[in-house]
Amino acid sequence: MFRDAALIAGKDLRIELRSQVTTQQVAPFSILVLILFAVALDPDRGFLARASAGLFWVAVLFSALLAIQRAFTIESADGGRDALRSSGLDPAGIFLGKAAAIALQLVVLEAVLAVGVVVMYGTEVTGVPLLLATAGAATAGLAASGTLYGVLAAGLRVRETLLPIMLLPVLAPVLIAATKSFEAALGGVAADGWPWCGLLVVFALLYLTFGTLAFGTLLEES
Amino acid sequence: MSPGHPSTSSRATRVLGGLSLAGLALLLGYALVWSPADQVQKDSVRIMYVHVPTAILAFGACAITTLAAAMWLRKRSEGWWVLGGAAAEVGLVFTGICLITGSIWGRPTWGTYWDWDPRITSTTLLFILLVGYLALRRIDNESGDAAQRGSRGAIVGLLLFPNVVVVHYSVDWWRSLHQKATITRLDPTIEGTMLFTLMLGIAVFSLIFAWLLVHRFRTGWLEERAEHAGLEQALVDRRAEAATGTAAAGGTSR
Repeated sequence: MFRDAALIAGKDLRIELRSQVTTQQVAPFSILVLILFAVALDPDRGFLARASAGLFWVAVLFSALLAIQRAFTIESADGGRDALRSSGLDPAGIFLGKAAAIALQLVVLEAVLAVGVVVMYGTEVTGVPLLLATAGAATAGLAASGTLYGVLAAGLRVRETLLPIMLLPVLAPVLIAATKSFEAALGGVAADGWPWCGLLVVFALLYLTFGTLAFGTLLEES
Repeated sequence: MSPGHPSTSSRATRVLGGLSLAGLALLLGYALVWSPADQVQKDSVRIMYVHVPTAILAFGACAITTLAAAMWLRKRSEGWWVLGGAAAEVGLVFTGICLITGSIWGRPTWGTYWDWDPRITSTTLLFILLVGYLALRRIDNESGDAAQRGSRGAIVGLLLFPNVVVVHYSVDWWRSLHQKATITRLDPTIEGTMLFTLMLGIAVFSLIFAWLLVHRFRTGWLEERAEHAGLEQALVDRRAEAATGTAAAGGTSR
């Protein structure tokens, strides 16, 4: 299973490295979202810095949608999905591999966004351990649920519009927990953030387990 | 449900419908006339006799959808598939009623139609979850008959109730940090006629829910039958066409 996962993750990441879609399109988009927030919310630095935890995670969510959709369009051409189905790879491995590739791209995006928030919103970074733990858990949850819902929508004519309406309400708990945890870390009372981080871990484990079990059925029909 | 009887009602559902309407009349009497106004909320408490039952049934509908999805994944029988969609659709209507009545109640009680109360927030998310699920089912429905139907709808249906629970609790937790009992909620120690009216409301709306669910299930079932019949008819037509085509071809060659 894990060997198959590594194979799939390696393939997806190689495609990303060669096509540069994440770095040339998704990452600039995420920075653009930060700029749009500043325009919409009056770039009075005090306000943006106070809201930066929530804005950061909303930007991550929007960018994640693009990354997830991208992860499944790369297989839509030339019967890639059929090849994947008939490859004999363990479906659980395919799920974990795709989720890992998405997670890695999200980590890159989050790093870009973090720099963006610090530079453009003037956010002061405190509580680094909590920030890192939260980002890790939230990324795992986003990648796992995103891969599951992504394959659901893959291959449909309406995938671009269907994925957000299905996935975003499901991700509401991730947005809430990650934002609260970041607020706690940046506000200096890190102890308030750890329970939220725990919620993120539970969410991630839930979707990782469910995805590992259900992905085979879904892949058959995508 | 015989071919000569195009209605989706049967004796049982007519009784169920009659009981629902009679119960509704009784509920109207109790909710609007015979129950007293609340000391704090005054007459606006009467909205609760609709609001609370619809909220409970909206969650119940999600549970039914998830159960139906699980059963469909196990048995692959059309009935469970149709039930899942029927429950989600009726649930969507009840969620909508719950949101609207809650909003109307909020105006005199909180002074605003919308407040970022945990329940409003999570119910709104529930509404969107149901919309997304139904959108996906519609696509699954277009993709052909039950044998080829995707598991997508079933997987999302299976996740529906767990998602509703996770969303509900995380939103609850989120808002509880901001405001603790700053708003007057429905008095937890209601008793007497008010408690009876609320219980009656739950019972009556359960009847209405069941009534609508049965009818929606039957129309869904008929839609399936119509699709099958349409497909079979098309096959028959095509064969007939081929047969006459061959006959005609044979005729000319002779």
